Amino acid sequence: MFDAWLVERLLLATWETVYMVVLSTVFSYLLGLPLGVILVVTSPGHIMENKPINRVLGWIINAVRSIPFIIFLILIIPITRLLVGTYIGTVASIVPLTLAAIPFVARLVETSLKEIEWGLIEAALSMGAGTWSIITKVMLPEAKPSLILGVAITAISLVGYSAMAGIVGGGGLGTLAYYYGYQRYDNSIMWPTVIVLIILVQGVQMLGDNLAQRINKKRG
Amino acid sequence: MIEIKNLTKIFTVAKQKITALDDVSLTVKKGEIFGIIGLSGAGKSTLIRCINMLEKPTAGSIMVDGREITTFKKHELRAARQKIGMIFQHFNLLSSRTVFGNVMFPLEIAKVPHRKAVKRTLELLELVGLTEKAEAYPSQLSGGQKQRVGIARALANNPKLLLSDEATSALDPQTTRSILKLLRDINSKFNLTILLITHDMNVIKEVCDRVAVIDNSRIVEVGDVLNVFAAPGSPVARSFVETVIGKELPTELLQGSGTGDGQTEAVLVRVAFIGASAGEPVISSMIRKYDIAANILYGNIDRIKDIPFGNLTLELSGPSRVLQDAMDYLRSRGLEIEVLNNV
Ligand SMILES: Nc1ncnc2c1ncn2[C@@H]1O[C@H](COP(=O)(O)OP(=O)(O)OP(=O)(O)O)[C@@H](O)[C@H]1O
Ligand SMILES: [Mg+2]
Repeated sequence: MFDAWLVERLLLATWETVYMVVLSTVFSYLLGLPLGVILVVTSPGHIMENKPINRVLGWIINAVRSIPFIIFLILIIPITRLLVGTYIGTVASIVPLTLAAIPFVARLVETSLKEIEWGLIEAALSMGAGTWSIITKVMLPEAKPSLILGVAITAISLVGYSAMAGIVGGGGLGTLAYYYGYQRYDNSIMWPTVIVLIILVQGVQMLGDNLAQRINKKRG
Repeated sequence: MIEIKNLTKIFTVAKQKITALDDVSLTVKKGEIFGIIGLSGAGKSTLIRCINMLEKPTAGSIMVDGREITTFKKHELRAARQKIGMIFQHFNLLSSRTVFGNVMFPLEIAKVPHRKAVKRTLELLELVGLTEKAEAYPSQLSGGQKQRVGIARALANNPKLLLSDEATSALDPQTTRSILKLLRDINSKFNLTILLITHDMNVIKEVCDRVAVIDNSRIVEVGDVLNVFAAPGSPVARSFVETVIGKELPTELLQGSGTGDGQTEAVLVRVAFIGASAGEPVISSMIRKYDIAANILYGNIDRIKDIPFGNLTLELSGPSRVLQDAMDYLRSRGLEIEVLNNV
């Protein structure tokens, strides 16, 4: 069952999936993290309260999140093409994966940052801290364990999404499973794929839990 | 140091207006420890938070060190806040930083060069006696130690004013005393003005020079701590004083006493001694001089900032005319007299 060809295909597909997930996680945080921060600091009573910005941002995030990923994928093909020249393949998949994950990340970050006790922010304000100091020296460091768990959740979700992207030619484990498993009904590749996915997801979760726990332990 | 004039703060919650401060005026002198006491919800926190503009006043003026703080622009306010330290009931230490990092935090905000900041942090840790705990995280400290970190942090940028919002309310009596002693030490060492709020009259008694009593959003009484203890002028102040010196008498005593038979009369009086007169035999000389009987029902002696403060409840009996003279005599000797009943 585990012939060389299969192993090779599986390794390649796994690599593609890891590649897509890692890059789209990184890119989605590049934008999602600042958006999450803005969502929090512009909320009522917070350090940069701003109703219009908060409302509009919240609305856009909800709108994007309400589109099912498979539809979103097709919807943004023009953007994908514009950015990478094609909409098929591993690199092209990173675009929809990232764009879909941004609002998700923003909400996760928002939830993490909202857990911070207001007293800490107030103490910083009482010392004369500005907005930037409060964000970088209080909010983000205080929420670090929770933010790390958020990264794990995002990466795990992206493993799932990347499989969906694989069905429309995104590459990775999704394409492998779809092409051989569904179209050819070849179970010999389905099960190894599922097992690799389980290992990936478990691995990411364990890594996240471990990192977060290590920080919490240090802080006592 | 602080001059508050006609300060009013109204919160609007769900279209409902809550008046937290109603036309409050108050002056805190440089170098003094000023206490504000009041029951829960009286407006204490709101008042102290207005002084560094954590709460924006609805109306009124607040001068801190000669400058009107309520009209400051953002950057002016940030600079001003660096010179006003604040400590909190729940300490509000950063769990992401060690003790050292927490104390250094305000120095980073003030953009103090790293080397200088490190040096200053070590100095502050020494001051509050936590040098050994520099690398510990806040969760590994006791409440008293946490508040010491809070105090060190508040003092980092050499403030002229320290605001304390119930800084000892989460601590046990013994730890409270050690924190209060630390506050008194830094007050005299750095001539630091301290404004503290509390609902515990013991705190006022231990450290404050002057006290204001706030009730229902208004200041009802201001004065030297000793005077307020000797002669509280408002019902709230009186009940606070009684929590410390336990003047509450059984009501049967108040009713049963005072057996007038026409010529002699009995009154129940409360006598407060302050300072030197607490040591003088004023009562015995009164008894001799006026030939009346005095029955001691309750007495205690305490210290307020190292000044002896005594408190006696007496039943005086004798001819009514003489009783009046006797009480006048006590007043003339500097004692506070309060008649509790007069049948
Ligand atoms: N942010 C706020 N929004 C609405 N109402 C508030 C706010 N802060 C305080 N209040 C109200 O103002 C009044 C005074 O509150 P404040 O916190 O100043 O009281 P306090 O004297 O500090 O009481 P405690 O001893 O319980 O801390 C209360 O009626 C409170 O409900
Ligand atoms: Mg309060």
